[in-house]
Amino acid sequence: MSVINREGRQVLVHDMCLRDGMHAKREQISVEQMATVAKALDQAGVPMLQVSHGGGLGGNSLQHGFAMHSNEEYWDAVGDVITQATMSTLLIPGLGTMDDLRVAYQHGVRSVHVATHCTEADTSPQHIACARELGMDTTGFLMMAHLNNPEGLAQQGKLMESYGAKTVYITDSAGYMLPADVVARVTALREVLLPETEIGFHGHNNMGMSIANSIAAIEAGATRIDGSVGGLGAGAGNTPVEAFVAVCDRMGISTGCDLFGLMDMAEDTIFPMMEHIVRVDRSSLTMGYAGVYSTFLLHANRIGEKYGIPPRDILVELGQKKMIGGQEDMIEDTALTMAKKRGLNINVA
Amino acid sequence: MSKIKCALIGSGNIGTDLIYKIQRSEFLEPVWMVGIDPESEGLRRAADMGLKTTAEGVDGLLPHVLEDGVQIAFDATSAYVHAENSRKLNALGVFMVDLTPAAIGPLCVPPVNLTELAGATMNVNMISCAGQATIPIVNAVARIQDVDYAEIVASLASLSIGPGTRANLDEFTYTTSNAICKVGGARRGKALAIINPADPPMIMRNTISCVTDAEPDKEKITESVMAMIGEVQKYVPGYKLVNGPVFEGNKVVVFMEVAGLGDYLPTYAGNLDIMTAAGCRTAEMFAQEILAGRMELKPTEAVA
Repeated sequence: MSVINREGRQVLVHDMCLRDGMHAKREQISVEQMATVAKALDQAGVPMLQVSHGGGLGGNSLQHGFAMHSNEEYWDAVGDVITQATMSTLLIPGLGTMDDLRVAYQHGVRSVHVATHCTEADTSPQHIACARELGMDTTGFLMMAHLNNPEGLAQQGKLMESYGAKTVYITDSAGYMLPADVVARVTALREVLLPETEIGFHGHNNMGMSIANSIAAIEAGATRIDGSVGGLGAGAGNTPVEAFVAVCDRMGISTGCDLFGLMDMAEDTIFPMMEHIVRVDRSSLTMGYAGVYSTFLLHANRIGEKYGIPPRDILVELGQKKMIGGQEDMIEDTALTMAKKRGLNINVA
Repeated sequence: MSKIKCALIGSGNIGTDLIYKIQRSEFLEPVWMVGIDPESEGLRRAADMGLKTTAEGVDGLLPHVLEDGVQIAFDATSAYVHAENSRKLNALGVFMVDLTPAAIGPLCVPPVNLTELAGATMNVNMISCAGQATIPIVNAVARIQDVDYAEIVASLASLSIGPGTRANLDEFTYTTSNAICKVGGARRGKALAIINPADPPMIMRNTISCVTDAEPDKEKITESVMAMIGEVQKYVPGYKLVNGPVFEGNKVVVFMEVAGLGDYLPTYAGNLDIMTAAGCRTAEMFAQEILAGRMELKPTEAVA
């Protein structure tokens, strides 16, 4: 699409610092920080950057936390500083609405990931159609993609394509996949989608596999890769863009991004912003290993402390109960039930 | 005792489950099922259960309304066709129970405001399954003290959500959020829906959070919530408190579960039951009014 700067790029890098990164910052990123990060990304030649509450449109809530500022304020701040990059956002039907999407468009957003759980693509037709009507670069984003098999996922992607999506993403929300899982899914999608429909991959680094998975996706036919500079994102973070670009350079895959600019940005801007070191640690590795939605990390840590239950126990239980993205309320519910069973005092006020 | 004859419009999950609920009613009797696909399982099942059926939409029903004495119609189609259905049937003096998110008529959550609506309208709207499952709790808090903000999260089993709801999730969001304020009594409201495909399917779960203006009176709120749960259990026995109320600052959180009766879909689909049971209970109240001669159904020009 003409809105996106594709010059000299085989693979389109889409940065998530200012959306997925919001999860890692408990939604507390200032507009000044947003502008600083966006400017650096734009200067380093990153063609797409996602901006909003971590949960995307409609995300401000007790369930997902309230951000420091409204999405409109963030978009306006970022819109002022970008010169070549396209600003995108996230819309999860059931949380965000078409009205929210129209407001986003008015504030300069020209691309959207319309996201559903990997088996529920048919909750997205009106939102995908609406995005296309607005003239936005429109992506169908299949979350927790490890919970559907390659053929099933391909059918879901085909549905999104039929609604109007121009790109279909395989989203490894739990950081659970291994390269062979990614290859199988990209291949299955490539077999059923129209040749002009692109495939994207959105990784999380919970098992330390995000770069390897992204490269595997490209080798199987993906042309869009999500990541975040410094890995600022939920769980153990997204695919670290600077390292991914370095690997691509060595492999002869052109991204059009400035490696040294990204390295400097990670070191000088992103790492100092982190409240905790976003890395593979006990909780995030548990998520990758058990297949739990990465955004649950900080919630589970907080609730675990509140009720005296190790976060790892809560995360494993959530994985067994097959809780999916958006069910953050079930973290406290699960902890309360576990606390009762363990005879812990839960009369906390 | 004579019963009020009912037509069901929409032969999907909700319409089909309603047949079972209405057949058990002391005051209602299902006589017509209206669909649009002659091959649909819903129409076939309705015919097997002894209802007259048409696959020609509401227009296929209209010529039979007077001769068959249909006085109440349940609309379980979609927000987009409800207005037209309601206009046509109201014009024949048929009272409408709207189970779509169209919300043309007053919003109704039986234990909260059903009695206020008696005789006042020819169309009532049942909001949404999440609305029926959560607004009683919002109201249970709001009747004790002012609620600035209420937020509900409904988790639904994928197998229980039909194609109509899936294709129109925004209408669900708007209608439910609005009703949290208008019926629940919160100043601001927000509704979130999550569709979970876990196998075996998860029972419908709802988390209700209310932020009160002043520090919450824990004892009174807990008592009010428990009383309200008892009221809902009268028509949905599987409406159950799992955890809470949890108090944190001015926030009150209640974790609920709704198991269905397993009439049409298995018990995990409590969302289906709470909607159809609420619709049925609402219709029964109006039916009792009609049977007692307190309410007369007149052909009307509906607000469309």
